[in-house]
Formats: sequence, structure tokens, C-alpha cells
Amino acid sequence: MLRIENLHASVEDKEILKGINLDVKPGEIHAIMGPNGSGKSTLSSVIAGNEDFEVTKGNIEFLGEDIGELAPEDRAHKGLFLSFQYPVEIPGVSVTNFIKTAINETRRAKGLEDMPANEMLKMIREKSELLEIDRKFLSRSLNEGFSGGEKKRNEIFQMAMLEPKLAILDETDSGLDIDALRIVANGVNKLKSKDNAVVVITHYQRLLEYIVPDFVHVLLNGRIVKSGGKELAFELEEKGYDWIKQEVEV
Amino acid sequence: MAFENRVDVNHAVHDIRTQAIKVFEEKGFPTKKDEAWKYTSLNALLKNDYSVFPEQESSIEFNDIKKYFIHDIDSYRIVFIDGVFSSHLSETTHEGIDVCTMGAALTKPKYQLVIENYFNKIVDKEDSLTALNTAFSREGAFINVPKGKVVQKPIQVLYFSTGKESAQMVQPRNLVVVGENAYVQIIERHQSLNLNPVLTNAVTEIHTSKRGIVDYYKIQNDQESASLIDNTYISQQQNSHASVHTFSFGGKLTRNNLQFLHKGEYINSTLKGVTIIEDKQHVDHSTLVQHATPNCESHQDYKGIYGDRSTGVFNGRIIVDKEAQKTNGFQQNNNILVSDKATINAKPQLEIFADDVKCSHGCTIGQLDEEAMYYLRTRGIPKKEARALLMYAFANNVLESVKIPEVKARVNKLIAMKLGVKIGFDL
Repeated sequence: MLRIENLHASVEDKEILKGINLDVKPGEIHAIMGPNGSGKSTLSSVIAGNEDFEVTKGNIEFLGEDIGELAPEDRAHKGLFLSFQYPVEIPGVSVTNFIKTAINETRRAKGLEDMPANEMLKMIREKSELLEIDRKFLSRSLNEGFSGGEKKRNEIFQMAMLEPKLAILDETDSGLDIDALRIVANGVNKLKSKDNAVVVITHYQRLLEYIVPDFVHVLLNGRIVKSGGKELAFELEEKGYDWIKQEVEV
Repeated sequence: MAFENRVDVNHAVHDIRTQAIKVFEEKGFPTKKDEAWKYTSLNALLKNDYSVFPEQESSIEFNDIKKYFIHDIDSYRIVFIDGVFSSHLSETTHEGIDVCTMGAALTKPKYQLVIENYFNKIVDKEDSLTALNTAFSREGAFINVPKGKVVQKPIQVLYFSTGKESAQMVQPRNLVVVGENAYVQIIERHQSLNLNPVLTNAVTEIHTSKRGIVDYYKIQNDQESASLIDNTYISQQQNSHASVHTFSFGGKLTRNNLQFLHKGEYINSTLKGVTIIEDKQHVDHSTLVQHATPNCESHQDYKGIYGDRSTGVFNGRIIVDKEAQKTNGFQQNNNILVSDKATINAKPQLEIFADDVKCSHGCTIGQLDEEAMYYLRTRGIPKKEARALLMYAFANNVLESVKIPEVKARVNKLIAMKLGVKIGFDL
């Protein structure tokens, strides 16, 4: 589904990703772990099409198509979703109006009619229940004054509404208390199917107790230096990243 | 002359008018040489040969103008066609409150005291356009809310121009008196019904007594041939709240002179505006809040989006007199220029003579937030639509303080339409 080959990317001539290889198949959950500054968020930004980053080498294939040159919206239309570490506050647009616009623009890109209002309402109701979101919350301005937990829950709500094929969750666990974490993880698990895939980017192993990965990759200094099963996450939690650093240096 | 053909020339108003004519004769129309009119020129408008009084009375059917009302609420209505009161389109009242015409207020003995106390009292008598209105105004709305009265229904004041004359000048004059502890909501609109030039020079005086509250909404979305000079003067007594929201979406030239004068402590004044214009339209907001007394606050928030070759002016003045200690005066003016041919002249002016005050002003002329753009685009919203949605958000944010849901919904829709954003339902 997602195939990344020898990906190099830089921001303002500073190389941050130095040859990433990653292969994600439908039905899989991958976790990308690494210390601060290892390039985790850059990787998610580059996959999503953030124009602040320049891909200098390598390619990103999504569903068999090179998406390296596509605009963020075109990638979204193909079924890519990025849950932001720091969702942007947009005063003046309600959550509902925002999600409605996103869904209808995606449908329009596929040559479909707008989703009928009653269908949209039904879907909003279902998905907000899934994430235990209060209705009042939906008429508030997007992310404005939301707590950390509300912002993340709202990201997963958007994911639930947009039904992407591949979701990248960038530090979704940061700023969440244990209850919010459980709700968010539960939502992700319920949305998971054999046809879609999830990439979880995280610093800590905590979230992976709830969203259990099939593969864990360790990102260090712009490269994936170690891959393994879910047990690798436990090992990292126990021993930290230093032993890997040493292993790499050797 | 004017509504004086029904007024005794010995009436006090006669002297006021004579005086006003003198002022206008002396000063004439303002030119760009006047500091307050540096960025707004009336030259092009004054080339038209306006008829000041219509030759014939016009009538229009409610169905033809229904869309200009906020029609989904129960309201009082006072409607004028080419400056003449239309009784069949209006719903006036004298039960508990007075919603009627200035013509009636000026002639009926029972209003004599109110007129003596309030008519032409707080206007800038040296302002030539206000003087012109005082001299020649023929009609307007008279709203008198006595002490303790909370008016349940909003009052809609509408001025229609039929465009039967090749060019027409209208000079409405409104007087609003809000008694102690009274509350009233007013919606004002000027609307031209065809493309013949119309120049409206309106004066509104609003007096708010102790603990009185007035919320005033101005919806300006007129034809490209219509121009409006709106002069609104508000005086506030102790503990009163007054808010004016001005929504400027259309018209050839619009000038909003909005002045607040404080006459007691613990007063709250709110001035908000959304301007979205294009083509060669011009909108000028010139505000003045005169803090003359201690412990009062004022909040100004004006947002503007300018496309094509449109031009905007924001001239916001806050004066804090020496006596006005503990004043909180805030002013915010944010603008987005959509086209590189559009212009905004923003001039915040704070004149502070007291030492214990909190005043601030912020003025920005900017682009849209790139990070927000990226966020929207990752959700599948293309660049153009994302930009429109962010502009919608930028403007829409001012609507939070609008207290009539139907007005909010209407303005919301106008903003969405103006920016080409499809907004449907909300939960």
C-alpha cells in the first residue's frame, strides 16, 4: 500500500531524512519510534505532502502510484490521512462545517455528488459516538480552545469520517490522559480493517499497549536502523534508545 | 422645506434646521483636504444630479422586497420607500414602546419633550454632512423605549430606493431613545432596487440611559450603484451597554461614521465590523470612542477582506480624557488583501490623557496562515477552497457577539456567498 524507497528529505538545505525504506501492506499496523529529533514528524509531513520539506532523493509510492509530486489535497483524495501532533486552531469554522467540506471536496475530486445532509448527519452521529464526542463539541470552532485530549480525539473523529486507506498518527498519544488515550485507541482499533493500514509515530511505547503494532521500526538520525515485532517496543521502553545507538555505531 | 411642511415654523426644530443650513453652506461637502476624508472621495458621487424629493410616490409589494428583511423572525418594521414612510409595509406600534416615524414624533405634542431633550443633541453640529441631513431630512424612524421596557421583538428599519428618478438622494434621520433598564435590538438596512444612482446620507442618534442596553445591526449589501454615508452617534449613561455591528458587503461607496460618547461610569461599548468587498467598491469605517468618564470599556473589532481594486479605510480613534481613569479601550483591525490591486488604509489613533488606563490596538494587513492552509489541504480541501474557508473563518469569527440568531445566520450566509464557500447545516 505504501512503499517508501531510499527517501531523503531536507528543510532549508538541512538533510533530515537520510534514506528511509518502509513497506506497509493493507491490514498492517506499523509503529515508528525514535527519540526527539530523529525525523519522525518530518517523515509524516513528507508523506502527507508538506511543501516546507524538499524530497531530494528516493520515492514514495501509494497504492502503486508515485505520489511524490502530488499536492496534499490530492494525496488525501487517494486515501491518505495524517493525524497532526499539533492540530491547527481555526476560529470561525465549526467542526461540522469543516468535516462536511472535507468530505464533499474529496467526493467531488472523485466525481461524486455531495453527500446528502441526512446521510452526513447519520455518519457524524455514529462516528462521534464511537469516539465519545459530545454533540456540543461539534458546533464549536475547529480546535479553538480544545484541550490536548479534545484535539486528538477530534483528529481521530476526522479520520473516522474520511475513512482513509492509510492513516498516519503523529504523536497522537502526546497530551492525552489515560482515559482519552483509551478512547482514541479504541476508536482506531474499531476503524481498522484488513483493507486499511495504520502507521503510528510515537516517542513512547504507551500507545502501543492499546494499538498493537505488527511491526516496530526505530528511526534514528534520519534512518530506520532497526525493525522488529511488537516486542521491540517493550525493549525500547525498558532500555531506552541508547543501546540501539551503540549497536548502530558498532 | 422637508418635514417642516407639516411643522409649525415656530417649532424649535425650525431654528435647528436654519442653523444646520448655515453650517452646510459654509462648509459644503467634505473633500480630501479634510483630514477625516483623506482616503474617501465623494467627487465621483457628486457628479450626479440628484433629485432630493421624489416626484411621485411609489409603492412596492412586500413579496418583491421580502428577501431584504430578516423575515423568519417576529419583528416590528418601519419601512421607507424613496424616503417616504410606507404604512402598508410597516408594522409600527405605540403599545409600551413607540416605533413610528420622525414626522409623527416631530409634530405630535406628546413627543415634544423627547424631541426637545434628544433631537440633534449629540450629533457633531459642525459636520457638514450631518448638518445637511439635519437641514433637509424628510423622514426617519423614531424609536422610544421607556424605562424598564425590554422589547421582545427586534425592530427592523428599512429604506428602499425604487430608482424611479435617474439619480436620487435620500436623507433618513433616526432617533432612538432607550430608557433606564430598557433593552432594544435594531436592524437597519438601506437597499436600492435598481441600478440608478442613489446617495443616502443618514443620521442616527441613539441615547442610552442608565443600565439601558441597545444592540444595533447594520447590514450593508447594496447595489453597485448605491452609496451610503452613515453617521451614527451614540451617547451612553452610567452602566449602559451599546453595541453596533456593521456588515459591509456591497455598495459603491460606504462611509460609516460611528461615534460613541460616554456620559457616566461603568459603560460598555462594542463596535464590530465585517467588510468583504470587490470590484471598485469602497468602504470606510471611521470610528470614535470618547472615553470621558472613569471605569468604562470599549471593544472594537473590525475585519476586512478586499478583492479586485476595492479600497478600504479604517480610521479608529479612541480618546481617553483626563478624567477617564481606569478606562479599558481595545481596538483590533485585521485585513486581508486578496488582490494586489486592493488597498486598505488603516489608521488607529489613540489619544490618551489619563494615566491609569489599559488601551491597546492591533492592526494587521496580512496573508492567510500557511499552517492552517496545509492542515485543511491534508483533509482533502483544495487550495482555492481552503483559502476561501479560511477567509470565511476569519470574517465569521466576528459574529460571535451577534445576539439575534437569525441575523447571525443571515450574515453568515452572506459571508459564505461572498467568499464562494458552501456552508450548509450546523449541529
